[in-house]
Amino acid sequence: MTVRRYLIRRLALMVLVLFGVTVVTFLLVRVVPNDPAAIYAGPRARPEQIQEARRILGLDRPLYVQYGIYISDLVQGDWGTSLRTRRPVLDDLLAFLPYSLQLVFLSLLVSIIVGVSLGALTAYKKGGWIDNGTRVLAIGGVSMPSFVLAILLQILFFRILGVLPVSNDIDITISQTHPITEITGATAFDALITGNFTAFGSAMEHLILPVLTLAAFSTGVITRMTRSAMLESLGQDYIRMAKAMGVPKRTIVLRYALKNAMAPVLTIAGLEVAFLLVGTFFVERIFALPGLGTYATTSMLSLDYPAIMGITVLMALFYVFINLIVDLIIAKLDPRVVLS
Amino acid sequence: MSGATRTDAAGVLGEWRLRHASGLSEARHNLRVFLRDKLAVLGIAWVLFMLVLAIGAPVIAPYPEQGRGKSNLSERFEAPSSKHWFGTDNLGRDVLSRVIFGARIPLLISALVAGSVLIIGPILGGLAGYYGGLLDETIMRITDIFLAFPALILAMAFVAILGPSLQNLALAIVITWWPWYTRLVRGQAVSLRQRPYVEAAKTMGVRNGTIVTRHILPNAFGPVIVAITLDLGTVILEVAGLSFLGLGVKPPTPEWGLMVSEGVEYVLEAWWISIFPGIAIFLLVLAFNVIGDGLRDVLDPRMKR
Repeated sequence: MTVRRYLIRRLALMVLVLFGVTVVTFLLVRVVPNDPAAIYAGPRARPEQIQEARRILGLDRPLYVQYGIYISDLVQGDWGTSLRTRRPVLDDLLAFLPYSLQLVFLSLLVSIIVGVSLGALTAYKKGGWIDNGTRVLAIGGVSMPSFVLAILLQILFFRILGVLPVSNDIDITISQTHPITEITGATAFDALITGNFTAFGSAMEHLILPVLTLAAFSTGVITRMTRSAMLESLGQDYIRMAKAMGVPKRTIVLRYALKNAMAPVLTIAGLEVAFLLVGTFFVERIFALPGLGTYATTSMLSLDYPAIMGITVLMALFYVFINLIVDLIIAKLDPRVVLS
Repeated sequence: MSGATRTDAAGVLGEWRLRHASGLSEARHNLRVFLRDKLAVLGIAWVLFMLVLAIGAPVIAPYPEQGRGKSNLSERFEAPSSKHWFGTDNLGRDVLSRVIFGARIPLLISALVAGSVLIIGPILGGLAGYYGGLLDETIMRITDIFLAFPALILAMAFVAILGPSLQNLALAIVITWWPWYTRLVRGQAVSLRQRPYVEAAKTMGVRNGTIVTRHILPNAFGPVIVAITLDLGTVILEVAGLSFLGLGVKPPTPEWGLMVSEGVEYVLEAWWISIFPGIAIFLLVLAFNVIGDGLRDVLDPRMKR
């Protein structure tokens, strides 16, 4: 298979996935027991008002027509109007997404750095106390619900040690003395690019515990993946060959084995991005942070259908896009992927 | 008469043992290797202990009424003491009793999810893998859609829209898991299809349906059972997570995730309300994960630690 055919195949799969996700969310909202028109019209609406709402929302047309309209609106950037905030859903999503992306990005960075180092180290010193200790930590990391870890960290760092803040994205006093010019909505990033270092410091301080919480799970996953990928590549013939030729162990581990172990690690890290984004639902709720997670949970609990559909579609877009990028990087690293 | 049947039964059993001698000795060997993993054995013990608590909750819990959700406003926010080992919550309910009752939902849903995927996976995967062609293509593309997407979001949207309840929670979680098992069984079925004994059955004119149910599915079950054991920890995390967000069972049902969220507001003053159910989730998930790890070591020695 050529690179071009591989790319076309991947893009076709992407379209298929997006089609599937929109059909599922669309049908889900159409078969619900609660009538969207009644919610739109408000709690004390008269029957003719509900009828009117049904006409405005297009609910009186055949299903496939409704789906067609939904898709064409979606493509044109009209993701509907939130029943709760009464603002366009896409505007809402784009306003809240950057803060969560900042959280996801920092957590991913932490988990890749820590996970790959620990994974490589434990594969290198297999069976030693570092290996066993890390195994316990990694399995603990993937067994701990993020919301419980968040609470434990809050108790430790706020109640017992009194060193770190436990809620909001920035210190309230600092946000008034050093107001942040909002550009993207990602507090720390905005403060940094506008040179507002006092606010940046405060925002970063407020990010420490959320990032630690969010990164725990993916660090566990990446550590275990790196370790097994390293062990696999350390067992290959070319490594034995290099050993026999007297290549220093450091060079073997870092230059040969680690490089070849990167493909599966990258795949896993790519998948983790999506899970981190879902993880923000929990972390943002506990730390009272203004991101997509908080928006999503509030929308889901208040039955805000257009917003729920929007969030699902956004997540799907995000996920297939990340997957595509990861697949392309891997195809670049390992040409065999394209050929099979 | 009864003596004769017994001898027959013994004879049949003996013959069965003889025929499956290699399989049996392998199973015995695997069991021995598995039991050597102290952590995994501890995991099994913990799961069994939780099962006993869940079933015997009305007898074991010190305050069964409060465990089920009856409030007790005269004893709110009491710290852990000899009277209330895990303290009391914002409605004065005994946290220990609620943690004990809380073991029921995750275990029940795990059983439901395991049962459902053990039915759906083999049916869809078996059909897809054995018949191939358009049927295979359709089923596999549908699983592609589900797998190329963070399923937890779909589960959340599902519960949010259909309304939070135990049934919808279980249904939403099954929706996120069936594609994995369908694929797994399909892979098995595809490889089993080419085995000589299946070819032999075909040439002898055995019907397709019989081949699938008698020769393909029984052999595809093993890997599915191992996989579901590995995944139950994640299923429990999903149950607790959805409930924590308010997208699971409704209060006052005792459920660990929900209990953690009920205590979040007071966590800096009354930590015990959230921490004990939180630890309960952690330990049960951990137990399933170490069992899974142990199983994997036995069945895939290459991944040995």
